[in-house]
Amino acid sequence: MDTLFAIAINGIFVKNFLLVQFLGLCSFLGVSKETKSAVGMSAAVMFVMIMASTAAFLIFSYVLQPLGLTFLSTISFIIIIAALVQLVEFVIRKHSPPLYRSLGIFLPLITTNCAILGVVVLNVRLEYGFVQSVFYGFAAGIGYTMVMLLMSAIRERVNMLHVPASVQGLPHAFFITTLLSMAFVNFFGVIPT
Amino acid sequence: MAEMTIKGEFIRGIIKDNPVFALVLGLCPVLAVTTSVENALGMAGAALFVLLGSNVMVSALRNHIPPITRLPMFIIIICTFVTIIDMVMEAYTPPLYRALGIFIPLIVVNCIIIGRAEAFASRNTVKFSIVDAFGIGTGFLLVLVTIGAIREIFGTGMIVIFGLHLISIPINPATFMILPGGAFMTIGVLMAMVNYGRIRKLREV
Repeated sequence: MDTLFAIAINGIFVKNFLLVQFLGLCSFLGVSKETKSAVGMSAAVMFVMIMASTAAFLIFSYVLQPLGLTFLSTISFIIIIAALVQLVEFVIRKHSPPLYRSLGIFLPLITTNCAILGVVVLNVRLEYGFVQSVFYGFAAGIGYTMVMLLMSAIRERVNMLHVPASVQGLPHAFFITTLLSMAFVNFFGVIPT
Repeated sequence: MAEMTIKGEFIRGIIKDNPVFALVLGLCPVLAVTTSVENALGMAGAALFVLLGSNVMVSALRNHIPPITRLPMFIIIICTFVTIIDMVMEAYTPPLYRALGIFIPLIVVNCIIIGRAEAFASRNTVKFSIVDAFGIGTGFLLVLVTIGAIREIFGTGMIVIFGLHLISIPINPATFMILPGGAFMTIGVLMAMVNYGRIRKLREV
C-alpha cells in the first residue's frame, strides 16, 4: 500500500495529471492564457476533485460493490461529478456572487474535465482506501494548480513575442508544454517502486 | 447548409471538421495513447464505436428528448456505449485494454462525441448521422495513427502492429519521443504544419 507521502509526490510531480498523464488538457490550453482565470479554474477543479473522490469512494464501496453493480461505475461517477458541479455552482452563486461571475463559464465545463473523472477512475483501479482516495484527489488538484500557474505565467510573458503566423496560438502553447513536460519527466524514479 | 451528400459529409468529417486539427477537441487521448500505432488504432476504434452508437441513438431519439434535459440524456447514452466497449475490450483484447488504461472509461468525457451529438446528430437524420460518425471517426483515426507512427518510428526505430513487423529504420531510438514531451512536440509541429498549409491556401485565394 502506498503511504500518503508517496501518494502526494506521485500526484503532484511524478505522475502530474497535465504534463505526464495528459488529463484535463482542454481546460489547460483554453484557460491558461491569463493567470487570473487560471487561478479560478484551478481552485474550482481542485475542490471538485476532492469532493468527487470522496463521494465516488463512498458510492463505489458501499453501494456498487456490495450489490455487484460495478459495471455501472462509469455512469455513476459521471452523474456524481455532474451533481457536484451543480451543487458547487449553486453554493457559489448564493454565497459569493463576485466569485461566481469571475468563474462564470468555467464552472459547468468542469463536468467534462477528464482530470476529474481520471482521479476517480484511478482511485478505483489503484484500489485506494478512503483516506488515500481523498488525499490523491487533493494531491492531483495541487499538481494541476501548480502547472496551470506555471503555464499561465509563461504564456502571459511570451504573448508579445514575434512568432511565425502558423506557430501562433496552440502550436506555440504545445511547444511551451513540451519544455515543461521534459522538466517533469525528470521526476521519474524519484519513488522507488 | 447546401445539399448534403454522403460522400461530401464523409470528406467533411476528415478534412474540414477534423476533430483534432480543425475543432481541437479530444486532445487527451490523442496525446496519451499514441506511443505506438497499435494503441492508436485501438483507441480510435473504441472512439469510433462509441461515436457511431451515440450518433445513431441521439438522432433516432432527437424528437423525443426535451431540449432542457438533452445534455444529461446524451451523457447517459454515451456512457452506455462506453461501458459496452470497456467490457468487450477487457474480455477480448486484454493487452490492448491494459495499454489504453483509464482512457477507455474517459471516452465518456471526450468532447468529440458529445460535441457531435449536440452539433450534428440532434439535428439530422439517422442516415447522415451514421455518415458523420464515420467521417469524424476516420478523421480521428488518421490523426491518431499519424502521431502514433511518428512517435513509434522515432522512439523505437520500428513499427509493429499486432505482432506484425511493418517497417524498421536504422536509427538510434530517441526515447524522448515515447515520453510525454515527444507527444506535445509532435502535435505542436503537426498543428503548425496544418496551419501553414491553411494560411498559404488563404493567400492564394
